[in-house]
Amino acid sequence: MGTYLLRRLLIAIPSLFGISIVLFTVLALAPGDPFEEMATNPNIPPEVRLALREKFGIDDPVYIRYIRWLTAMLQGDWGFSFASRVNVDDLILQRLPATIFVIGSSQVLALAIALPVGIYAATRPYSVFDQIANTFAFIGFSLPTFFTGLLFILVFSIWLDWLPFVYRSDIDATGWRWYWEQVRQAIMPVMVLGLFQAASYTRYVRSAVLDVIRLDFVTTARAKGLGEKRVIVKHVVRNALIPVVTLVALQMPTVFGGAIVTEQIFRVPGIGSLLISAILSNDTPVIMAVTFVFACLVVFFNLLADVLYGWLDPRIAFR
Amino acid sequence: MKEKEIRGMVAEVKEGKLSRRDFVNRMLAVGVAAPMSWHILDFHGVARAQSLPRYTPTRAGGGGPLKILLWQAPTLLNPHFAIGTKDQEASRVFYEPLAGWDTDGNLVPILAAEIPSRENGSVSADGLSVTWKLKQGVKWHDGKPLTADDLLFTWQYAGDPATAATTIGTYQNIKVEKVNDFTVKITFAQPTPFWADAYVGAAGMILPKHIFEPFKGAASRDAPANLRPVGTGPYKFVDFKPGDMLRGERNTEYHIANQPFFDTLEVKGGGDAVSAARAVIQTGEFDYAWNMQVEDEILLRMERGGRGKAIPVASGNIEFIMLNVTDPWTEVDGERSSMKTKHPTLTEPAVRQALNLLIDRDSVEKFIYGRGGRATANFVNAPAKFTSPNMKYEFSVDKANKILDDAGWVRGSDGIRAKDGKKLKFVYQTSINAPRQKTQAIIKQAAQRAGIDLELKSVTASVFFSSDVANPDTYSKFYCDIQMYTTTMLQPDPERFMLQLVSWEIANKDNKWQGRNISRFVSKEADDAFKEAQNSLDPARRAALFIRMNDIFCGENILLPVLARTRMAACSNRLTPTLSGWDLDLWLLNAWFRPS
Repeated sequence: MGTYLLRRLLIAIPSLFGISIVLFTVLALAPGDPFEEMATNPNIPPEVRLALREKFGIDDPVYIRYIRWLTAMLQGDWGFSFASRVNVDDLILQRLPATIFVIGSSQVLALAIALPVGIYAATRPYSVFDQIANTFAFIGFSLPTFFTGLLFILVFSIWLDWLPFVYRSDIDATGWRWYWEQVRQAIMPVMVLGLFQAASYTRYVRSAVLDVIRLDFVTTARAKGLGEKRVIVKHVVRNALIPVVTLVALQMPTVFGGAIVTEQIFRVPGIGSLLISAILSNDTPVIMAVTFVFACLVVFFNLLADVLYGWLDPRIAFR
Repeated sequence: MKEKEIRGMVAEVKEGKLSRRDFVNRMLAVGVAAPMSWHILDFHGVARAQSLPRYTPTRAGGGGPLKILLWQAPTLLNPHFAIGTKDQEASRVFYEPLAGWDTDGNLVPILAAEIPSRENGSVSADGLSVTWKLKQGVKWHDGKPLTADDLLFTWQYAGDPATAATTIGTYQNIKVEKVNDFTVKITFAQPTPFWADAYVGAAGMILPKHIFEPFKGAASRDAPANLRPVGTGPYKFVDFKPGDMLRGERNTEYHIANQPFFDTLEVKGGGDAVSAARAVIQTGEFDYAWNMQVEDEILLRMERGGRGKAIPVASGNIEFIMLNVTDPWTEVDGERSSMKTKHPTLTEPAVRQALNLLIDRDSVEKFIYGRGGRATANFVNAPAKFTSPNMKYEFSVDKANKILDDAGWVRGSDGIRAKDGKKLKFVYQTSINAPRQKTQAIIKQAAQRAGIDLELKSVTASVFFSSDVANPDTYSKFYCDIQMYTTTMLQPDPERFMLQLVSWEIANKDNKWQGRNISRFVSKEADDAFKEAQNSLDPARRAALFIRMNDIFCGENILLPVLARTRMAACSNRLTPTLSGWDLDLWLLNAWFRPS
């Protein structure tokens, strides 16, 4: 186990290195200029823009910029944003709480819906409940979040006037009211993301449980005279959860990476909206940092999922 | 009435011997309509009485929270680092300039005790210096007094190339001296008729010396105050998250009595323009949102809810079409659209004239931009004293056809006109933006009816407006026949704006396409007019020279203006803001209030 982990970690290093090279080159080759808005402003002489480009080292060749970025990164310096001149790590840390709260809750919601619905549907395949659950699951994951987001805003904010659709990270209240406001503004983004996610999870859970429920050991358990509840919870679900756990583990990077579209629609100040605004203003250090962190998380959670396999199913050996 | 008599009367008004109203009445007596008389006064630089809305609250505070939505989110709070207007707006909440511009293009004192003028002797007769007097008793948010040292410091700070300030252009070519604790004198290298640049408007916000002193030059990025401002403005800093939320509270020591009205201020960023309009106009979650780049039709539909409205503010921005007189398809010395080439067909005035007749400006205004623009034939549309009365626009396919027929352009079998084997086929580019693509389509249709084939091209805005030297699709390279975009005029004086028409500013390979004259059209007369206007201290003469430049370029059909753009803001019905097309949206935030 120890050597396996070490080997996997050592393999991760060159792959992260490769990812960083690809990301950096793509960003460097992409058109655009962080000081573009100054180009159309007649009050700012062009020399100012050229001087800024030079000062921030944008005009240097790509490989020099990459080496500079890499050495700084290895020393823990993530660089600073061209747009706000703030250190990138500060920016990311500021955005993390909102992202973890909103996306995390939506994942919890998704699992809270998907597990019971998926399992119940699988135990009674092709029953009325299963048919209804399936229909909703199909509707759920075929509607993109930008559509359901706008629909929710239209219904709950504009027609019914119940919920705010602008997410605020500083709520001007204390005590219970603060919690209430926090929940109220998070309902719509959490619902939009959670329901979308729940729809696909439900399908996975259902098919995983269906696979297991037909196996001989389940029949044996029933033949032994065990109660139906015990058979499902102890024997079926535990075995069926292996693929589901992997799936959830691989979804974890998004909890930190944010959901670009949903965050933008509800103005949730998370990592996703940081990334999209950085892309729109060609703020390369921020784009680079966010995408790179995202890559690291994917690599890390992949490893974690592999380790989890072995823990859930002792038959899988690490070599 | 002779010109000489009018000039005499104008002089009397200037000296105060004759009231403005008497002047208008006398002109009426000889048959000159009132608006024309006001125009004459404006033309001669006689300031019109200020038209600011009345501020009715009788005490400061008590207005509750003010919630503003800037959908392009501010990312920093140092006005001298501001890359775009969003950062300037956010900084303007805390920092103030000596004076701001109202919507008629007049100066309004903010931190200045009075506006310098020739009459009070603070603008020198030779145009080489101007003296500003500071308001006394103004305090920074940390309680320290505002003095001339802060002005001196702001000049040194922004003018130092190592600071990398974006306002360096305003401060690097002037000299500032402290006369006494509350007076500074700005000296210019050349006679400068437009002296109200440094310390005025968006680029003029004054920084506190005691806070920024250790962070001048190369250390500028490390200043904590870049994100935690200490200013003199109506609201004090509470909290800022770049790209997301800015909060402020009422400055109880504010230097104007009974202001500001609101107790707290909240500026939220992010999202898009349409949903920002919705949050203000439709659901009323926010009180104000700026820069509503939303089609007027959508805004009108939202306004039916009755919670808010869209407010158009006239500005100097112009949406226009530009014709290339150089050849964009032949490469000479490593660049296309080189000054050494000539466009095969657009150099012929008849073709340009015909194209101008094919722009259906009224339809573009009516069906696409609505309140967002006004059809115009002029490149300079505001302030009124710089607007040419000589240009007219017309939409007539018949006339265009006749002009082309007379000039010998004959329709071929494909319906496209040609002469000497050269066809009237053009590539017409603009940035990707729904109203622009619709405008392109309208013009293409009309052109087809006149036997001109337009190939439409749209470039992503981030490429089109970039300064990327390697990219052939930028607007400044102009590697096509016709292009359309909006150029902004940020000051109520067209001097900088007119740099787009002079020969030494032509964009080319040598200046990495940074030059401002993108049409590449050269007029000796316009060059001379510009040079004279730069040093002309007679406001009437100066305005006449700029109008002449406008008439040369529009008359030659090099620049085909389409619409004078307005800035759209969304505002709650329960808010009375004071806006200006010549300054930031929040330029007079201290005077915003809720009508009772």
